[in-house]
Amino acid sequence: MQMYRDMVRIRKFEEKVYLLFLEGKVLGTIHQYQGQEAVAVGVCSALRRDDCITSTHRPHGHCIAKGVSLDSMMAELFGRATGCCKAKGGSMHMGDASVGAIPAIAIVAGGVTLAAGMGLAYKLQHSDRVVACFFGDGAVNEGAFHEGVNLAAIKKLPVVFVCENNFYAASTPMQLTTPVGIAERAAAYGIPGVVVDGNDVAAVYQATVSAVARARSGGGPTLIECQTYRTAGHSRGDSGAYRPKEEVELWKQKDPIERLKRHLIAQGVGAGLAPAQVEADLAAIDSEVDREIETAVAFAEASPPPQPEDALLHVYGEQVAA
Amino acid sequence: MKRLSIAEALREAMREEMQRDERVFLIGEDIGIPQGFGGAFTVTLGLSDEFGHERVVDTPISEKAIVGAAVGAAMMGMRPIADVQYSDFLFCAADEIVNQAAKMTYMSGGTVKVPMVLRAPVGATNRGAQHAQSPEGFFMHVPGWKVAVPATAYDAKGLLKTAVRDDSPVLIFEHKRLYGKGGRKEAGGLDLTSDIPDEEYLIPFGQAVVRREGADLTLVATLLMMHRSLAAADQLAQEGINIEVIDPRTLVPFDDDAVLTSVAKTGKLLIVEEDNLTGGWGAEVAARVADAGFDLLDAPIKRLASYDVPMPFAPVLENFVVPSVERIVELARAMGRGEV
Repeated sequence: MQMYRDMVRIRKFEEKVYLLFLEGKVLGTIHQYQGQEAVAVGVCSALRRDDCITSTHRPHGHCIAKGVSLDSMMAELFGRATGCCKAKGGSMHMGDASVGAIPAIAIVAGGVTLAAGMGLAYKLQHSDRVVACFFGDGAVNEGAFHEGVNLAAIKKLPVVFVCENNFYAASTPMQLTTPVGIAERAAAYGIPGVVVDGNDVAAVYQATVSAVARARSGGGPTLIECQTYRTAGHSRGDSGAYRPKEEVELWKQKDPIERLKRHLIAQGVGAGLAPAQVEADLAAIDSEVDREIETAVAFAEASPPPQPEDALLHVYGEQVAA
Repeated sequence: MKRLSIAEALREAMREEMQRDERVFLIGEDIGIPQGFGGAFTVTLGLSDEFGHERVVDTPISEKAIVGAAVGAAMMGMRPIADVQYSDFLFCAADEIVNQAAKMTYMSGGTVKVPMVLRAPVGATNRGAQHAQSPEGFFMHVPGWKVAVPATAYDAKGLLKTAVRDDSPVLIFEHKRLYGKGGRKEAGGLDLTSDIPDEEYLIPFGQAVVRREGADLTLVATLLMMHRSLAAADQLAQEGINIEVIDPRTLVPFDDDAVLTSVAKTGKLLIVEEDNLTGGWGAEVAARVADAGFDLLDAPIKRLASYDVPMPFAPVLENFVVPSVERIVELARAMGRGEV
């Protein structure tokens, strides 16, 4: 039920952000997460609060799943001083280190070497924390991917590499860029590589639980390829004309939230509940999430913008509050 | 008190900081291999024996991973000292340096720190164009990084210890020809060792030193060029031209006041750098002094730098490209006499 709630929070947040973007209230650009919710939620549900994630230019889902507050995220998108990055980051650098989400990294594959370093820190600190590193299928052809995964593998660092394979790097289909399966590449580094149905939150969760257990116990990294699909465009204004309509429709039928809903109803029936009862419970969650998002929008709208001179702060580490 | 070379002083700084603070660790290529090199220039020799391979982390040849891992570890509370063997290789990790390390604190709205040190040897040493650059200017351009340029063993130790304790990423550019004890002809036959006190000391960033006082001309130079400028100043003193040589020691932050104070006395400014002329750090210093000290100047600011070419291999070519003592003497003499 908590996974359902978080997936709905992501979906409804993104839908609201899209409307607010069209209204001109959300500025800049946005890369939306609709359709991939099971990946963020499945992975983050297998993490502890003190574990960390690295995210990408498409970070809203990861942040919500890791526990960044919707208020502070919405305020960030509105460019308000109360934003999770004090309006310095925006959509593509969303994060809140206090819940284990460092600022999202909008350079493709940029998080891979940093995640290795975070894992190295945990190892040197004799901590059992782990880091989950999110990246897309487009990232696996960056040099940083190779260098970061290789270092994590040879040093047995506690990293879970999570590839969200949505089959398109912006508009370019994977078959034009990537000659072997992504999970197969794990063999080149001597680490486990697994393919999971990225629209099945339980499958993502189970794969992550195994990878996290391995990482925590000193076994080193795992590469999880979550096959999924973004039902929205790559970024604002992308109509997705490069994708066959039938393909989009097919994936919409595999919608991760609808699937989880069916699963929960079946599970409820198995436990002796009437389907209508479970549906009512889920609808109640939907309504609560609606209210939570309304509250976040109201918070953002009521929040003050930063002072222009605030742009000069936080360039150097001594300006970070202890 | 003891006499140490720059390589020895850097090693001592790392040893002391690693003893003092268990968060400090080293990461780089060939730095801790048993019976190995101790890094490309022996600086880390012996440290893996003392601190173990867990804190002296040998990596694959992966500059992106070295710098990226240092950024990630620093964000998680460690104090890494990362090492690339030649500063030319910094460009392999340009994303990690420019997009990640420099911007993480800012993008987080001031909630994440990246307290890392990145050491990078500079300077032309007859190795051709890809192991010769002095790219300090590139990196002082990036808001978020501090940049140190120690020219003496005393400064190398004090600045590195300060860098380790700084909460920002710090680049330390070390000159290949200055690591040793000196006396070699290529280094101008200089004694490159310093007296290192037994007690601990730190050198604050943004404080230049006047290496030699003089009333006729202010000369600002770093690293090898600072030593060549001192040699040039010695020669010109015999001709009655007295040069004030200033070593900024850090480029970011830069001690504008020290230079302006000196220019107020001399009225003339010469900047000598090993990087090629266009867009080097000297251009920034010239612009600042022209802006804040226009009324102090009696003559145009001059810059002497390497020519705008990639570094050639052959000594006869390299010696032509990089400012020599003779070229510094020539230009400084002309400025001292009021001819240019």
